[in-house]
Amino acid sequence: MFSYCADPDTLGTFRWFSCYLTNGVHWSFYLSFIKVLALLAVTAPVALGFGFAGAMAARSHVPPLSWLGKAYIAIVRGVPDIAFFLFFVIALDQGFEWIRHKVLCPEWTDPIRQGNDFLVCQAAKLPLGTSPEWVHETYGFFLAVITFSIVFGAFAANVLFGGMRAVPHAQLETAEAYGMTRRQTFWRVLVPQMWVYALPGLSNLWMVLIKATPLLFLLGIEDIVYWARELGGTKTSKFTQYPHGDWRMWYFLFLLIFYLGMTRVSELGLERVMRRLAHGQATSAGELLRKETTA
Amino acid sequence: MSCIQTIQDYGLRSIGLGERLLPKSDFTLCEQFTLIGSGMIWNVYFGAMALATGFFLATALAVSKASPNKWLRKPAEWFIFLFRGSPLFIQFFFAYFFFLSLKKTYPMFDGLTSAWLGALIVLFLNTAAYTGEIFYGALRSIPKGDIEAADAYGMSGWSRFRRIVWPTMLRLAWPAYTNEAIFLFHATTLVFFSAFPAWQQRGDALYYASYFADKTFNPFVPYPILAFYFILLTLVLIWGFGLVNKHLNRHLPTARRTKMKLRLNLAR
Repeated sequence: MFSYCADPDTLGTFRWFSCYLTNGVHWSFYLSFIKVLALLAVTAPVALGFGFAGAMAARSHVPPLSWLGKAYIAIVRGVPDIAFFLFFVIALDQGFEWIRHKVLCPEWTDPIRQGNDFLVCQAAKLPLGTSPEWVHETYGFFLAVITFSIVFGAFAANVLFGGMRAVPHAQLETAEAYGMTRRQTFWRVLVPQMWVYALPGLSNLWMVLIKATPLLFLLGIEDIVYWARELGGTKTSKFTQYPHGDWRMWYFLFLLIFYLGMTRVSELGLERVMRRLAHGQATSAGELLRKETTA
Repeated sequence: MSCIQTIQDYGLRSIGLGERLLPKSDFTLCEQFTLIGSGMIWNVYFGAMALATGFFLATALAVSKASPNKWLRKPAEWFIFLFRGSPLFIQFFFAYFFFLSLKKTYPMFDGLTSAWLGALIVLFLNTAAYTGEIFYGALRSIPKGDIEAADAYGMSGWSRFRRIVWPTMLRLAWPAYTNEAIFLFHATTLVFFSAFPAWQQRGDALYYASYFADKTFNPFVPYPILAFYFILLTLVLIWGFGLVNKHLNRHLPTARRTKMKLRLNLAR
């Protein structure tokens, strides 16, 4: 990147690091940090939406809907989340291809599962074999986002369901006494108040989500773990130490510090949100705030 | 091949006994059940060993974090932050490559790069940090009256800790500790998916489940089998920890006993 990098004399000097750390593959490494942040930015709201829908369904008075919501909440717990990540990526991919296969190739009569193969017609392949590389990468990332959202949506549904039940029942009875319908009570009384009860659980979930992002590596995305392994290792370890010895330990130390920083920043941020939400609430945190301001 | 024959061949495959070659094609349901169940041996081994050893370090961590002495408190706080603030997955990677370079300079650390020891050390430190935080919270919520009563009886130091503080801490922390144990067992599935190699294809349950899913392109059979085993393991854990909980609360009237409220909504 710098002009002096073309000079072989820099090899022995400390300046070599500034050349090494700005070479092409390292930019891919830095770009993968953006991928992780993008995953967090997209997954968090989508998972919250899934969770809200799940909690609403679980509260519903229509039995099938309520069973569906409760099953969604229950199914992701009790089983390791990584198993779900590995499962959903294949299952979703096959699901999409199966739907496209049914729509695009109705004349196809062979069974899709033949022995150990999953065969769909050429037009139904996702992404198409002819499409450029970035489409393949975006599709993989898209699958990862949906997978994360489904799994964390179930966690969020559980937290929000608990938060909804924690709202004092007298509040809902009062709303009913004022003649509000169920829908009005839900949106005007329950939802604004439930956040303060759900927030400790949700902030915990955010921490868990941050710590789950390296699992992207298992979903076949070229994420920070992938690049740390690639860049830290030697190219041909049997013969030479080119371009350097085994530095994977240092790359992973860097990732460890990156995640510790993320955790610390989130802790401070969530504390501020909690203070704001506790304002004027009938909880002990809200009471503490009231005393602080009046004293 | 009958199912009993399959169980004889593959039941202990994950620890290297029985048939050497894994099935290559025409997988039967019995083979999948047997091999994934065989892999559970590793999950149980990692979970049980890490829990048993981590418990003691966690108690020490909790006590030093609650200590007024800065030289005890700060290291415990940093240790807990380090292991709770970073992903277990990255911890596995870092530890593996750390052990690898340690092995290069000092050959006596040879065993550390194999999963049975290296991954166990990481899990031990990790669960100690999580449990330490739980125990620390419990230590801080011990009723003031209990400590005052102990003082009034003339207990102090070690005897007060052993007879009053520690049992009360365990009693308060037990439901949260049960959760931690369940998630520790779930976390053991990460071992062979991080850097630690599965030597001679001796892996854990998820290793075999993904082996079948990769070979058959059909995730709908092996993963539900894995889920079945893990739900079974979770139920056993809840039962076992419930027994201990009962024992810890045996002096209380039935109505005041802390109920085991399980919130299975965490992961790492």
